[in-house]
Amino acid sequence: MNFDFSDDQKQLRDQARKFLSEKCSPKAVRVVLDGKAPYDKELWKGLAEMGFLGVAIPEEFGGAGAGHLELCVIAEEMGRANAPVPFSSTVYLAAEALLIAGSDAQKKKWLPAIAAGEAIGTLALFEGKGNPSPKNVKLAASNGVLNGVKKPVADGAIADFAVVAARTGSSGRDSDISLFIVDLKAGGVEVKNLTNLDPTRGQAEITFKDCKAEPLGAAGEGWGILTEVLDRAAVLCAFEQVGGSDRALEMGRDYALDRIAFGRQIGSFQAVKHMLADMYVSATLARSNSYYGAWALSTNAAELPEAAAAARISATQAFQHCAKNNIQVHGGMGFTWEFDCHMYYRRANAMALGLGSLSYWEDQLIDRMRKKNAA
Amino acid sequence: MNFDDTPQEAAFRETARKWIDANAPKELEAELSTSSLGRIRLARHDMVEVGKAWQKKKADGGWACLNWPKEYGGRGSTPIEKVIWQQEEGVYGKLTQPFQIGEGMCGPTVMAWGSEEHKRRYLPKLASGEEIWCQLFSEPAGGSDVAGLRTRAEKQGDNWIINGQKIWTSGAHYSDYGLLITRTDPNVPKHKGLTMFFLDMKSPGVEVRPIRQANGMQEFNEVYFTDVVIPDSQRLGAVGEGWSVSLTTLMNERMSIGARLATGVPEMFDYCSNLMLEDGLAIDDPAVRSRLASWAVKSSGLKYTSYRAISALSKGERPGPENSIGKLVSGTMLQDIAAYAMDLQGAAGVLTADAEETTHGQFQQMLLSSPGMRIAGGTDEILRNIIAERVLGLPGDIRVDKDVPYNKIPTKGR
Repeated sequence: MNFDFSDDQKQLRDQARKFLSEKCSPKAVRVVLDGKAPYDKELWKGLAEMGFLGVAIPEEFGGAGAGHLELCVIAEEMGRANAPVPFSSTVYLAAEALLIAGSDAQKKKWLPAIAAGEAIGTLALFEGKGNPSPKNVKLAASNGVLNGVKKPVADGAIADFAVVAARTGSSGRDSDISLFIVDLKAGGVEVKNLTNLDPTRGQAEITFKDCKAEPLGAAGEGWGILTEVLDRAAVLCAFEQVGGSDRALEMGRDYALDRIAFGRQIGSFQAVKHMLADMYVSATLARSNSYYGAWALSTNAAELPEAAAAARISATQAFQHCAKNNIQVHGGMGFTWEFDCHMYYRRANAMALGLGSLSYWEDQLIDRMRKKNAA
Repeated sequence: MNFDDTPQEAAFRETARKWIDANAPKELEAELSTSSLGRIRLARHDMVEVGKAWQKKKADGGWACLNWPKEYGGRGSTPIEKVIWQQEEGVYGKLTQPFQIGEGMCGPTVMAWGSEEHKRRYLPKLASGEEIWCQLFSEPAGGSDVAGLRTRAEKQGDNWIINGQKIWTSGAHYSDYGLLITRTDPNVPKHKGLTMFFLDMKSPGVEVRPIRQANGMQEFNEVYFTDVVIPDSQRLGAVGEGWSVSLTTLMNERMSIGARLATGVPEMFDYCSNLMLEDGLAIDDPAVRSRLASWAVKSSGLKYTSYRAISALSKGERPGPENSIGKLVSGTMLQDIAAYAMDLQGAAGVLTADAEETTHGQFQQMLLSSPGMRIAGGTDEILRNIIAERVLGLPGDIRVDKDVPYNKIPTKGR
């Protein structure tokens, strides 16, 4: 059994960590947090130069052609650094959708641009409240144009193109949904920035008005493709969450060693030690579930749907748990804008919703486990 | 990343599988398979007797205590081979329960601290199950605080005279030998006045009394020592070095990688999939689904954490500290699952063994047994301390009794 990343993959992780610790300090994240820039353009450019944006994109489409295990280790570091760039929207959602369902021409148009850092992509799925579900997709597509409103769209205000879920039928079945690809710079859209929990990652409302759109994948197959894209993104996001969990745990641990109260390090009090031990437990469970997700993702295993849901739930719980208790360990200082704890708290809770909420994924996991048990 | 054996591992697995297939007591398979939670009970057989027969057979075939050296009754196997053996042994591994303390704790301690003569005399018979060993550490006044123990050993010529009491001793009533930690010097700080011995459990003055537990079962014992004589030749390590010796034992207690802990999740998933509530199947209820999902990811998280440890062993590396979370996670989970299963049963949830309504009290038994899981082999609190101190590097507790002579430490009842 070799249930671990290879030495080369671990080396890539170290390389990504080193790069991000230089180019993505908390100070750099704060430029975006404080609204002085919509995202870190320099960092985005650097990620392209390092080959990280196209690590899982095949060489024929301008990527490094490495694979998804390589993308997982980079994702972990992106989460650890709380990077203020549209990495998940572009790489886990838009690029994955193109890889699964794009025509050769579509792949040639967008994938090399993604790898080069010249195109930001996103997925426009949600329309207000609710979780991923065909019945929540109201935006209509007919005669090659889209009409409707999508929100929230992650990184929508800075995206160059979007994969859009649209309604093309009214039978009440999954086949009512089709996917389209929209060049957001070509007109027909109105983009409004929305304030959100985690200002280091933008959220937008996009209104489509007779907006020209190209089909992505076959008509009526949108929901199947989306489900696969969300599963794949769930594993990749889980690695970001694992990275964030570890960082929040480290911050709490370091502060508990540094801070003196009642004449001793606060990390010597069992109430604090046990809180940190429990954070370690959550982070460890999340990491192990995510490794299984990585295996399923990289091998296209039949187990991917169940593995993805388990990784998603475990990593969401761990990041929320570690980020919240990191603030608690820090006490009053943890509740200041000046300390970095809230950046992870914001990111943890925003990520918990991005691909559908925890209860949605819990539902998915049970359905998938039942399906497996029945088989 | 893959779950495949290396060619050598695959060959080893094949050899083990063939041997087990030809030699395992297949007539017990069904009964062993259904007893997934708690201790095993066999309807028509004595657990220790069938266990001894299986262990002896394994020893004769070279499959006992695999990672021990051959000259002491083992096979000289690598750690990963031991894991593979456990996977292949499967349900028959449950038969080894009476020998686990000997193999996992007493044997390694004798191996590390005993004389060559001791090792050759005692280890092979321990390995073959012909002689069973128990561990006599905990006391009424020394549970988590083992070093606070009171049992006295006083030197008299070439012998030591033992007086005191041990508690929570698994298997004392069927053990032949015991590993015993005692206080030989109460005038020095508590960790410094301890000495380790082993003794014949049939020695005059040793009295074993079963303890009736909160769940109604009797799995542990109290052991009383009244002027018990142990020859000095049965001392392990120097006088006053007992604490260091005990660390060998306790470290081995926490090293059991690949041992599957019961979590209750498969049983609960199965139960909810079939349980009809007023509005339909329990598993279709959103509240039930949410809890099941949270438990399922803890259970899978533990499984894949152990896979990471196995992978490290397979590469010949030392596993990381991740495995320390197993008992901490599963103990509480068992307790929570049991309580929730009973909640779903409503008023009938109070009924136990005879009740159809509660599948003969399966979860009720789990409820009553699970508190012990959170205490035995390191309480949840001690495990959290271990994670905090050894994994995260946080400071140890401030110990008010550390540098105080043992007989000056304030205590109740002395």
